[in-house]
Amino acid sequence: MQNNGTILLVKGLKTYFHTEDGVVKAVDGVTFDLKKGETLGIVGESGSGKSVANLSIMRLIQEPPGKIVDGEIIFDGIDVRKLGIDEVRKIRGRRIAMIFQDPMTSLNPFLSISTQLTEVTRLHLGHSKQQAREHAIKMLKLVGISDAEQRIDGYPHEFSGGMRQRVMIAMALSCDPELLIADEPTTALDVTIQAQILELIKDLKARMGTSVILITHDLGVVAGMTDNIIVMYAGKVFEQAPTRELFATPANPYTKGLLKSVPDPAHEQGKDLYQIPGLPPDVAHLPPGCPFAPRCDRAQDICRSAMPPFVEINENHHSLCHFAKEVYQESKMEAATRAAR
Amino acid sequence: MDTNEDNLISIQGLKVYYPSGGGLFSAAKTVKAVDGVSLDIKKGETLGLVGESGCGKSTLGKAILRLTEPTGGKVFYNGKDLAHLPKSAMREQRKHLQMIFQDPYASLNPRMTVGQIIGEPIRTFGLAKGSTQSRVQELMETVGLSRRFIKRYPHEFSGGQRQRIGIARALAVDPEFIVADEPISALDVSIQAQIMNLMEHLQAEKNLTYLFISHDLRAVRHLSDRVAVMYLGKIVELADGKEIYRDPLMPYTKALISAVPVPDPEIEAKRERVILKGDVPSPINPPSGCHFHTRCAFAIDACRSTVPQLVEVKPRHFSACIRILPQHPDIEQNAREGLGALAQTSGK
Repeated sequence: MQNNGTILLVKGLKTYFHTEDGVVKAVDGVTFDLKKGETLGIVGESGSGKSVANLSIMRLIQEPPGKIVDGEIIFDGIDVRKLGIDEVRKIRGRRIAMIFQDPMTSLNPFLSISTQLTEVTRLHLGHSKQQAREHAIKMLKLVGISDAEQRIDGYPHEFSGGMRQRVMIAMALSCDPELLIADEPTTALDVTIQAQILELIKDLKARMGTSVILITHDLGVVAGMTDNIIVMYAGKVFEQAPTRELFATPANPYTKGLLKSVPDPAHEQGKDLYQIPGLPPDVAHLPPGCPFAPRCDRAQDICRSAMPPFVEINENHHSLCHFAKEVYQESKMEAATRAAR
Repeated sequence: MDTNEDNLISIQGLKVYYPSGGGLFSAAKTVKAVDGVSLDIKKGETLGLVGESGCGKSTLGKAILRLTEPTGGKVFYNGKDLAHLPKSAMREQRKHLQMIFQDPYASLNPRMTVGQIIGEPIRTFGLAKGSTQSRVQELMETVGLSRRFIKRYPHEFSGGQRQRIGIARALAVDPEFIVADEPISALDVSIQAQIMNLMEHLQAEKNLTYLFISHDLRAVRHLSDRVAVMYLGKIVELADGKEIYRDPLMPYTKALISAVPVPDPEIEAKRERVILKGDVPSPINPPSGCHFHTRCAFAIDACRSTVPQLVEVKPRHFSACIRILPQHPDIEQNAREGLGALAQTSGK
């Protein structure tokens, strides 16, 4: 356990895409680390770069048009950017596994569940056919699929959305990976099924000690699942903090806006919701200065001309904003008022 | 028919059945997507309709507007039964009854400009007093789109803007009633709030009545005056929005509400979830009796044979469960005391 138990270190990651529209800086200087056994939430809207950042970690960026132009990705002491493609393949699926939003498109409709589940372990763990099948059945049971012995010979279309996502999780976890990247794993599912899947990920994480990166647009999902959160916007990390601190005392106007725009169950019907004005940014045509400035209700002249610094609130809490400290103080006062009520 | 003045739409025993499967040698089965729904929608209110996918909520919305043909039942609007109007007469009614769709891209013709899309219903019904273009521009401003965009195509807009175009198109005929089918679920969080606020402002301004269909219980809580919960083709609970979130009666409603993650780590750490086992059963072959009994922690033998009726168990609060009784609405307490299966079986 070198690096103080850090399983993943991403430093100054930049992934750019060359398009007809010019250079799209999809990920533009992202830095974070993930400790063993912890869960990191990455929150952002469309175009924030949250998915591209994680595809970069897995070296799944199609080149061209995309390219990791700068930064370090250190996984358990290994510099992932320096690996050859064969070495990357040995890590991908074996030590880092990924589950995606839409389980239907990530499973091959023509292959039985057993074929798809045994492929990984035969390849990575050198299982025999029989071993692989037994292991696959064990994994299906682990993720809560009843009659695993029969259902393993079924095809994806015979499974419901929630069940397919369970199959994906079984597949992802079958080589006992050290890191699981879950990209919007519950977005396509009903709330009741979402609750089941989140509970399952939590439970498996506790049992297997897997570190997890959970990418989502839903602040509700990360609230109960994560230790730390990074909020992304326009390819940059806007705020980074331990989960409780981020929700209690956000230091970035974008995070504050996001938190306020979710309907609160205690909120009276008929009152306007807080809304962030404007549209998510067009990453190909970013304004000068802070990319959020056109939508920010406290933007000053400096915000429209100069990129804000990544301000340290405390050792674990950072915010990309010219007025980070002021925003943080306001949040602290608001939190105190809430507590007094 | 229902003569209650407050009701804009009165749905009585509405059914939508689809044939499913069936081939050369096998008989087709019937999917009861909507199975005997009775529901009043009051003038000026937002009625929220929630349920898991496959419960029939979208089909119900479409059947009210006859975008799907009902198999049986009645839908009264202004003294007319929409379900049995001739096609041409129904088309005339679409001036008053409109729909907003989930996927704002799939529901806009990519080869038409925004001006043509919003202008089409105006031309079809011959509604413009002045020029169609000035009416279109007025509508675009109403929904927060710059009138400069009138010649642009749908692909040039973001998801939220496309939803605004869909709303402008629905408003073009000056409708009284709008079915909004998952209007915000394809949008970014920051844009969802914008569209919800827009819908509320338009409602206040134009005295609109909404049927708001969504699986997002937070959004439904925010927008709806009353909420109906649907499960496998039937309404299983109906109450005022505040009431249903404060005191849900049906085990299914409790589980739905409990499943919604709260954006507050302190609350999330403490709360006990009611997690439903399993998926929604197939509507082709739904469980006997109460459709929910296969997933219900309180099911007794009678639940497997008795089809529960929607009963007013508290003032303005209806539920369809044989273990929830008018004097004893708390199912957990009833279960402890062995109550249930009394009133409804004898009443039928």
